[in-house]
Amino acid sequence: MTNHWNDFQNSDVILIMGSNPASNHPISFKWIQKAIEKRGAKLICVDPRFTQSAAKAHLYAPLRSGTDIAFLGGMIKYILDNNLIQSEYVLNYTNASFLVNPALKLPGDNKGVFSGLKDGKYEKDTWAYQTDADGVIKKDKTLQNPNCVFQLLKKQYARYTPEIVSRITGTPKEKLLEVYKVYASTCKPDKAGVELYAMGWTQHTVGVQNIRAMCIIQLLLGNMGIAGGGVAAMRGESNVQGSTDHGLLFHIWPGYISAPTASLQTLKDFNEKRTPKTKEKDSLNWWKNTPKYSASFLRSMYGTNATLEEAYQLMPKLDDGANYSWLMIFDQMYKNKFTGFFAWGMNPACSGAHSNKTRQALTKLDWMVNVNLFDNETGSFWRGPGMDPAKIKTEVFMLPCASSIEKEGSIANSSRLMQWRYKAIKPVGESKPDGDIMSELYFKVRELYVRQGGPLKEALTKLTWPYGKKVGNEFHYEPRTVAQEINGFFLENKRLENPTKKGEFKEFKKGDLVPTFAWLQADGSTSSGCWVYCGSVGEKGNLAMRRGTKDTSGIGLYSEWAWCWPLNRRIIYNGASVDPTGKPWDPRHAVIKWDGEKWTGDVPDGAGNPGSGRPPFIMKPDGVASLFGPGLADGPFPEHYEPLECPVEKNLMSPQKNNPAIKRFDSDNADSKMDVYSGVSSCDPRFPFIGTTYRVSEHWQTGVLTRWCPWLAEMQPGMFVEISQELAKERGIVSGDKCIVKSARGEVETTAIVTPRFKPFNIDGNAIHEVGIPWHYGWITTADRKYDSNDKKPEVNTFGDAANLLTSTIGDANTMIPETKAFMVNIVKKGVK
Amino acid sequence: MAEKIKLYDDAKCTACRGCQLACKQWNDLKAGQTKNTGTYQNPPSLQPNTYMIIHYQDYVNPQGDVKWLFRKEACMHCTNAACVTVCPSGALYYNQEFKTVGMDRAKCIGCKECVAACPFEVPRYDSKTDKVYKCDMCESRISNGLEPACVKACPTGALKWGDKEDMMKIAASRKQALGTTASTYGDKFVGGTHFMYVLKEKPDVYENIHKDPKVPLSVTLWKSWLKPLSLLAAGGVVGGSLLHYILHGPKRPDPETNDEKTEGGK
Repeated sequence: MTNHWNDFQNSDVILIMGSNPASNHPISFKWIQKAIEKRGAKLICVDPRFTQSAAKAHLYAPLRSGTDIAFLGGMIKYILDNNLIQSEYVLNYTNASFLVNPALKLPGDNKGVFSGLKDGKYEKDTWAYQTDADGVIKKDKTLQNPNCVFQLLKKQYARYTPEIVSRITGTPKEKLLEVYKVYASTCKPDKAGVELYAMGWTQHTVGVQNIRAMCIIQLLLGNMGIAGGGVAAMRGESNVQGSTDHGLLFHIWPGYISAPTASLQTLKDFNEKRTPKTKEKDSLNWWKNTPKYSASFLRSMYGTNATLEEAYQLMPKLDDGANYSWLMIFDQMYKNKFTGFFAWGMNPACSGAHSNKTRQALTKLDWMVNVNLFDNETGSFWRGPGMDPAKIKTEVFMLPCASSIEKEGSIANSSRLMQWRYKAIKPVGESKPDGDIMSELYFKVRELYVRQGGPLKEALTKLTWPYGKKVGNEFHYEPRTVAQEINGFFLENKRLENPTKKGEFKEFKKGDLVPTFAWLQADGSTSSGCWVYCGSVGEKGNLAMRRGTKDTSGIGLYSEWAWCWPLNRRIIYNGASVDPTGKPWDPRHAVIKWDGEKWTGDVPDGAGNPGSGRPPFIMKPDGVASLFGPGLADGPFPEHYEPLECPVEKNLMSPQKNNPAIKRFDSDNADSKMDVYSGVSSCDPRFPFIGTTYRVSEHWQTGVLTRWCPWLAEMQPGMFVEISQELAKERGIVSGDKCIVKSARGEVETTAIVTPRFKPFNIDGNAIHEVGIPWHYGWITTADRKYDSNDKKPEVNTFGDAANLLTSTIGDANTMIPETKAFMVNIVKKGVK
Repeated sequence: MAEKIKLYDDAKCTACRGCQLACKQWNDLKAGQTKNTGTYQNPPSLQPNTYMIIHYQDYVNPQGDVKWLFRKEACMHCTNAACVTVCPSGALYYNQEFKTVGMDRAKCIGCKECVAACPFEVPRYDSKTDKVYKCDMCESRISNGLEPACVKACPTGALKWGDKEDMMKIAASRKQALGTTASTYGDKFVGGTHFMYVLKEKPDVYENIHKDPKVPLSVTLWKSWLKPLSLLAAGGVVGGSLLHYILHGPKRPDPETNDEKTEGGK
C-alpha cells in the first residue's frame, strides 16, 4: 500500500470496497477503530453482501459483483459536477492539464471502446500526448481545452449518472449519493480519505481498472501522499508483498523492473527499452536510474563470474508477446506442454480457477515436487475425487518444509515493512527450511550441468551462491547473508560523489554494504539483489530487526520499528503532502516539514527544496500522477464492462458488453473443451444467479494449513453458501440444508446459510440474486475420503471441496488474475433436481 | 490489587474470534467435531471444552436496517454467584482479590448443582470426567499481572480488563457515545457481574441473552435461609436433646401404673 496499516488512524473517511478487512485483516480494525474514536472518522462499506466489515460501518451500500467501475465512475462525476476537487493539488500534481491527441475517441462516442482497438488489442497512437517542437508535453493550465485530460475526464464520466449507475449496480440512488457525499468531503486539505481494497477489486476482468478508478478519485480529492490517505492494497498473504518485491512473478525482475523479452538482445537494448525518458525539465524521473539497478541485480546473480553483458545473456527471456501467468501455465499444462512442476508452498488443485481443469492438468505431468507442511489436494491430486491412480503417470515427490516459526527470515507486509523473524523451534521431523531445500536442489542441478553439460549451462554453473554453510551432510541456508546480498555490496574500491550532496565524496572499499540505492552504479561495481531494499542492511546492522517503539511524528510513523522500502519511507509520494511552496496541506498532520535546511518527519519522497517546482510523483516519467493512464491494456480511463459471465443481456453503459482486451481460452482455434463459459452473449437459464467467492477469519487461502488446525476447523467446519431469504424461499431452502451450487464447469456441495445480509439486486427492474461461498475447503480433510494407513487424519474433519470447481479461466486484461468474484451459478437443495 | 472487570463492547467487536481461539489455547482445551448448521457460530453453545463462544445474529431493526450482531458469551463472574452459593465442595469460589469466580476442578464432585443454579446457564458438565467446566477469568494469568487471554488477543479494544471503577467509567461513556438504544449489561443484577457488556442495541434484541438473571429463589431460600435454618433447627434438635439429657437424665421406663382399665366383662 502507499501508506501503512497504522496510518488508517489518521483518516477522516475510510472506504471499504473490494475487501472485507474485519474478517480477513482483523488487526487492521484496531487502527480503523482508533480513527473512529480519535478522529470521529466515518466508515463506509460497499459490498454485495453485508459483511463483518459492514456490521461496523456507519454507512453500508449494496453493490452487484463486477460493477465497481460504474459505482466509482458515478463518484468521479459527482466530484467533478460539484467541484469537490482539491484544485491546486490536481493542477500541479496530476496530468490534468496535459493535452491529448485530438484523434482520441472515448467509449461514449465509439461504441463502448477507446480508439485504436484492433483484434482485441489497442494501438495507442491516439492515446498519446500532444508535444511541442522540443518534445515537451503541451499543457493547458486553465484546464479548459477540450483535449486536456481534465476535460476528457469530465466527458468520460458525464455518462455515469446516478440513474444509470443505480440501474447497473443495483445500489439505490439515495445510497449512492450518500456514499459519494461522505467520501468526497475529504477533498478539503485538512481531511483525509483512504480506500481499502483486496481481491474484491482485483479478481475481475476489469480488476486493474477498478483500482485505477479509485486512484483517479484519490487524486481529485488530494488524498495521495498525505497521512490518512492513499490507496490501501491489503495483501492476502503475509509475505506476498515480499514475493512481488523480489520478482516471483513471471514478468518482473526484483524491484519491479520489467523482465527482458527475447528481442532485447543486449543489456544496452534492455536498458534502452526499460529506462523511461522525459522532456519535463523539472521531473526527477527516478526510473532513469534503471541501468544502475539492472546492473546491480545481474551482479547479485553472477557476481564477477561473468561480465554484465554475459550475465544478461544468461538471464531467461520472455518470448515477445508471451504471457506466462497462472492461467496460461495451467492451460499449457493441460495441453501436455509441461513434464514437471514444482508446487512450492501452494495448492493449485484448490486455489486455481477452474479446479477441474487444474486437477486434470496435473495428471499430464511426468513428475511433481510438492513442498508443503501438510498433505494437500495438489500433492495427492492423483487420488482425489474422480481420479483413477492406475491411469495416472505422475510421480509426486513430497518434500516437507519448515513453517515460518521453524526458521529465520523476513516477511514484508502490506505496509512494505520488512520485519525480521526468528526461529522459535526446530523443524518437525525431516522438514527443512525452503532455503535449504532450494540450495540442495541447486547444487545437484549444478553438479549435473558441470558433469554432463547442457544448453546454456553457465546460466546455472556461474551463479554465485554464498548463502550458507554446509553442516555435515546438509546445507544450512543463511537468511542474514541473503539479506545482505539483497541490500548489496561494493565489488571494488570506489570513490563516489554523494548523489544528494554535490562536491562531497565518499570512499568505499570492496565488500562494503551499499548505504542506499542512490549509490548503486551501472558500471558493475555494485551488486544488489533488489534495489528497493538497498539500505535495509548497513553499518547499523539489519534494520528489519529493529523494534523501536518511539514515535515522534504524531501520525504513527514508528520509523524505528523494523524497516520499510524505499529507504524506510512510510508514506510514499509524501512530496504531495505539501503544496508547491513546501507548506503542508494539513499542518496538524504533516508528513514532512521543512525546517529551513532540510525536510523532517518521514523520509521525504521526491520533494525538491520548497519552491523548486519539482513535481512529487517521481516514479512517473513526467513527475505527475495519472488521471489519464495510457499505459494499460484496456484503456486510459476505466470504463464499465460487465463480467464475462453476467446476469444481464446488455451493458447499460455502452454497446460493448465485456472488456474488449481480455483473452478467452475457448476461442475458435483453441483445442480446449474444458474452458466453458455461460451467460456470456446472453443469459443462460441453467445458471441464473451471480456467484462470488470470499473468505472467513478462521481459515486462510485454500485452508491447506488451517483445515489441519482443530480449533479453526471447529469454528468453521465446512463449505457453506450464503443466500438471501428471497432466493431461499424460491428454492425451498432453509438454513442448515445441504445444497449443490453449480456452474458451467463444476459443482460443489455446501450447507446453506439463509440470511438477510444478501438481498436480491434490482438491476434495471429485474431481481437478480447473488450467492457467495468461501474458498477455504478441499477434500483432503473430509471424513468421507479414503485414508491410507500412513495418512494423517485430521482431529476435526471439514466438509466440502474447493469453491474453484465453479470459477472460470477468464482473467483481467492486464494481469490475467481470474475473475473469481463474479461468475454465474445455480443452486438447488441437495436431492432436488 | 483491586476488584476488576472484563468489559465487552459489542460495537467494537468484529467477531474475528481471536478471543475464542486464545481461550482454547491458554486453557489447553480440545476441539470437537462440529458441523455448519446455517451460521458462523460454532460450537453452537458453551461446552465442557468451550468456555466462551461468539454469537452471530442476523437482525433487521424496525426501520428495516440489516445488522449483524455479535456477542461474546461466557461466565459472567457474578458478585452474588449462585454457583458458589450452591457448590458443596468449594470447587467454585470467589477470588478474593479480583472478585471473579474461580474453579478448582480437583474439588469438583460432579453434583451439577451449579449447572442448575446458574442464571446464565454457564457451567457445563462432562460425564466422562464427572466434572463441571467454565471460564475462570484466566485466574493463572490475572494472578500474575496479566490480562485474560481473550483480552490480550482482541485487536480492536472490544475487550478490556481493568479496575472496576475505570471500567464502569468507560462503560458509561461508551453508552453515552453509542446513542439511545445503548446500555450496559451486568451491572444491575446478581450484585453486579465482573464480565460486563456495553451493548449498542436494546438488550431484548440479542438472541438467547438472559434478560432478567437472578440467583434462583430456591438457591437463596435453601442456601441463604432454609439451609441455615435447617442447620439451626438440626442444631436445635441436637442441642435440645442434649439439654434435656442434662436436665432430665436418660429416659427411664415409666413406673407401673394402675390402669383403671375396665376388665372386659367383669
